[in-house]
Amino acid sequence: MSAWPRAAELGLIGCHVCGQVCGMTDADDGTLACPRCGSTLHRRKPAAYARCWALLIAAFLMYIPANILPIMRTASLGDIDDNTILSGVVELWVKGSPGLAVIVFCASIVVPMLKFLALGTLLISSRRGSSWARRQRTQLYRLVELIGYWSMLDVFVVALLTALVRFGYFSLVEPLPGVVFFGLTVVLTMFASMCFDPRLIWDGKEDSDD
Amino acid sequence: MDLSPPDATTDATAAQSLLICEHCDTVHRRCPLAKGELAECARCGAVLERCRGLGANTLLALILTALLVFAQATLWPIVTLGLNGQHVDATLWDVIHTMWTDHSQVVAVLAALTLFVFPLCKIFMLGWLLLYARSGRRAPGFRLLMVTLHRLGPWTMSEVFVLGALVSIVKAHLYFDVQPDPGIYAYAALMLLITIFAGVDLTRLWDETREESP
Repeated sequence: MSAWPRAAELGLIGCHVCGQVCGMTDADDGTLACPRCGSTLHRRKPAAYARCWALLIAAFLMYIPANILPIMRTASLGDIDDNTILSGVVELWVKGSPGLAVIVFCASIVVPMLKFLALGTLLISSRRGSSWARRQRTQLYRLVELIGYWSMLDVFVVALLTALVRFGYFSLVEPLPGVVFFGLTVVLTMFASMCFDPRLIWDGKEDSDD
Repeated sequence: MDLSPPDATTDATAAQSLLICEHCDTVHRRCPLAKGELAECARCGAVLERCRGLGANTLLALILTALLVFAQATLWPIVTLGLNGQHVDATLWDVIHTMWTDHSQVVAVLAALTLFVFPLCKIFMLGWLLLYARSGRRAPGFRLLMVTLHRLGPWTMSEVFVLGALVSIVKAHLYFDVQPDPGIYAYAALMLLITIFAGVDLTRLWDETREESP
């Protein structure tokens, strides 16, 4: 046994919902309820790999139209201009404030890409039982959980501008299908990161210097 | 602080004095925390437990403030745009309604849930729990509400909406006269309150309250 014992080695389990510590053998996995909050006790989140992969792939499929299709149409005096996520960032950079353009770029492009790469890396390395940079990988997971929902930024921007810019023929903003796909991407990646179990990072062989 | 690993002969009664890291499953012996202190997992660095500096009374007061501010943020217009003497303003509900009628029902539902339904549920549930927690009691439905609050997790997005409003204002400023309305100030106050509540470890309510004997 290592210096830092894990729950399974001591015949213990921590409730994933309320944190209550209970005694449990592996045979009881998924059959007992937490005595404190009533949630089912699992050693690991059920079917973490399958669910996380499925949601991540679905999110990526949504992400393609979200970037290719325009998210917003601006019509002004008969002049129609369709914006994609990227062209919106460029417009903000050129005409408005570059600082805000950086924030939108991070929220709409960097964060979703980071989520795909990070969760993909975590899934593959955990499946292989890799002992490489376990602490950093756990931190990466926490980062993904923390920043994940900020990607909704662009969706809310389109929604607000649509509600505000209603000057008929003079100026009008309409949402286009890209924004729906983008919203779905964000929701699906959030579900994917919730389905992943960071405890899987620490399963598999212990590192000698761990 | 002392985070010595417990020995293997732990029995069930000692379970209360243990903490299990939710990110790596490492077992820790629990230590009493002073105000403002937090316990971190020795293996992966996750926060095991956090002792808030705020009592139940203070939190209840803040929740009531949050409810008032939230009502204002939701009911009052956020910004007004002007073009050629014409003015248009929008509240949160205008935003949701326009998305629904403009063929983006998915976005309308997402916005209604994450900006209105879930935050409101969270405020009411927390208020109800804290009302009883002031005297160390568990509110009726304590178990269900605590589990629901845990499940609501990241699905309240008012703070993202505030940033979204900021971006919209800058974008609209290029073509229109932009006037901030009271709603945006209410949202700013709400964002401050959300930041305070982000540092509160709610799981401690399980330990700080006792079930009433019938």
